[in-house]
Amino acid sequence: MSSIFIDANRKQIAGRRRIDFSLKLLFLVATSIGVIALMALLIDIITDGIHMIRPELFNNFPSRKASEAGMKSAIVGSLYMLLIMTPLSFLLGVGAAIYLEEYAKKNRITRMIQLNISTLAGVPSIVYGILGLTLFVRELHLGRSLLAGSFTMTLLVLPIIIVSAQEAIRSVPKSRRDASYALGATKWQTVSRSVLPSCISGILTGVILAMSRAIGETAPLVMIGALTFVAFLPTGPLDSFTVMPIQIYNWVSRPQASFQELAASGIIVLLVMLLLMNLSAILLRNKYNKHI
Amino acid sequence: MLKNKGFKSLLMVMMIALLFITAACGNKAEDSTSNGSSDTEQTSDDQSSDTGEEEAVDDEDVTVEMGGQIEIDGSSTVYPLTEAAAEEFGKFNPDVRVTVGVSGTGGGFKRFCSGELAIADASRPIKDEEAKACSDNGIEYSDLTIAYDGLSLVVSKDNDFIDHLTVEELNKIFTTGSTVKTWADVRAGWPAEKILMYSPGAESGTYDYFNEAILEKKGIRNDTQISFSEDDNTLVQGVEGSKYAIGYFGFAYYEENADKLKVVPIDAGKGAIAPSTETIKDGTYAPLSRPLFIYVNKEEMSRPEVYAFADYYINNIGSLASEVGYVPLPDDQYSEEATKLH
Repeated sequence: MSSIFIDANRKQIAGRRRIDFSLKLLFLVATSIGVIALMALLIDIITDGIHMIRPELFNNFPSRKASEAGMKSAIVGSLYMLLIMTPLSFLLGVGAAIYLEEYAKKNRITRMIQLNISTLAGVPSIVYGILGLTLFVRELHLGRSLLAGSFTMTLLVLPIIIVSAQEAIRSVPKSRRDASYALGATKWQTVSRSVLPSCISGILTGVILAMSRAIGETAPLVMIGALTFVAFLPTGPLDSFTVMPIQIYNWVSRPQASFQELAASGIIVLLVMLLLMNLSAILLRNKYNKHI
Repeated sequence: MLKNKGFKSLLMVMMIALLFITAACGNKAEDSTSNGSSDTEQTSDDQSSDTGEEEAVDDEDVTVEMGGQIEIDGSSTVYPLTEAAAEEFGKFNPDVRVTVGVSGTGGGFKRFCSGELAIADASRPIKDEEAKACSDNGIEYSDLTIAYDGLSLVVSKDNDFIDHLTVEELNKIFTTGSTVKTWADVRAGWPAEKILMYSPGAESGTYDYFNEAILEKKGIRNDTQISFSEDDNTLVQGVEGSKYAIGYFGFAYYEENADKLKVVPIDAGKGAIAPSTETIKDGTYAPLSRPLFIYVNKEEMSRPEVYAFADYYINNIGSLASEVGYVPLPDDQYSEEATKLH
């Protein structure tokens, strides 16, 4: 009798192990498909474009000849845009997050604002382009300028920054605030000397990730009219400009194969910039995590 | 204590960075205003000072130092031509800032007729309603023909049954509500295989021209057999991928991909003719050889840099056109077009 039980048990166990194993395989496949696709993309782009990474790419303006074409104006345009939008979106985004987490009363209006922000984070970027075109380009008469582009991008990343900063602030234990209040600190003293220092790494990570999203965005800037052929560097915030993704998109759509290789090399430059930004986010997080 | 120091130093660094950034931005703003006429802010003051300069400057002299910005937008087909002209012009006039966008012929005219542009690139003539929008806003323009393009019908290299197509057959295949499903429906004896069609999207002047020349303005079919893309390389890949596919786009794209694609000669009643530099130039590749245009705002032309650029454009585009895959006009026609600028 006992042997029957043991047999049944063995069968059951073997069956469960099979299920366990096949599920493990399934999840492994699910993981590797993403990784393999990314690797394939990287290898394809690197083999296409690595030989076009040369000084001309960084020193020359766009040209009809692939051998002479570079993306100087696009790289500088992207950097200027980041330079304007980073402090702006940091101040606005973190400010909003502090207000919502620390100051706002937990009532219906706050919940409405919260819901709106979360929804805005998911709005397609082209919609921000239309908003930017109407508001900044037309209404505020900024024209198709660096400033209009940077403002539009600020709006685009703002919800992302607010949400991630809120999460970072929320992760600070209540006991820290209590300790601060117990010492007689005011609200702002508590926020600035206790809460923010503990969660600054999380906030900065969110800001950097939002910046790396902005640097790869094309649609809103196409909408507000960042241009394809720009053979000068912007000297002021009201100048016309172009950015890397737009230049790359233009090169990809050319008939000549050499322009497509050029586009691949442009993509490599953009990817390296993105990786560097993400790397700095990780380093920042590791550095300041130790202090908590 | 340590944590606080770390945080404070970080805050300090950020504050300093912020200060620098805002200071830099402030400086730039000051620069751009103090530079006055050489800058891009085309306020009415700037323009009036520009026109003032123009009276003093000899119109024909291109080497006179000029500043200012020339905004161009429009057809992506014309873009390589304008880019080439802007690039060469920039070598002699580094202070003139030419910007070129690719909003499509329709998008370009929209901006042109609201006065935002000095020049519009167009792969078809201006439409009546667009011309009306221009005149409503008091915008006068000169239209210059700059080069020819031959709309090329292409099939895959593997396609061994098509020797030519007539204009009627093309109409039958592509027209709106077409009942043609397989190649056998087009001509008896061709395989009963489903036709896969590739066409540029409705925003492009290429589609507009095809619609006018082949489809009698009735519009293109829109069903499961046809794919649209604004990116001509996508069309190339689509046609290349199937033996039974057909597509159309500008001659430059066929020329670059001649090793992968087969061009279909078109019979408009005078025998089948394939697009080539000669047949497009002399007009025998009818009705699919088309002229390309730039539209120059007459008022903007009072700015010396705009006039100089337009003048340079029309006098040099002939040699640049073939370099970027287009067919130049006969030489004497360029001097004729140039007179429109006066």
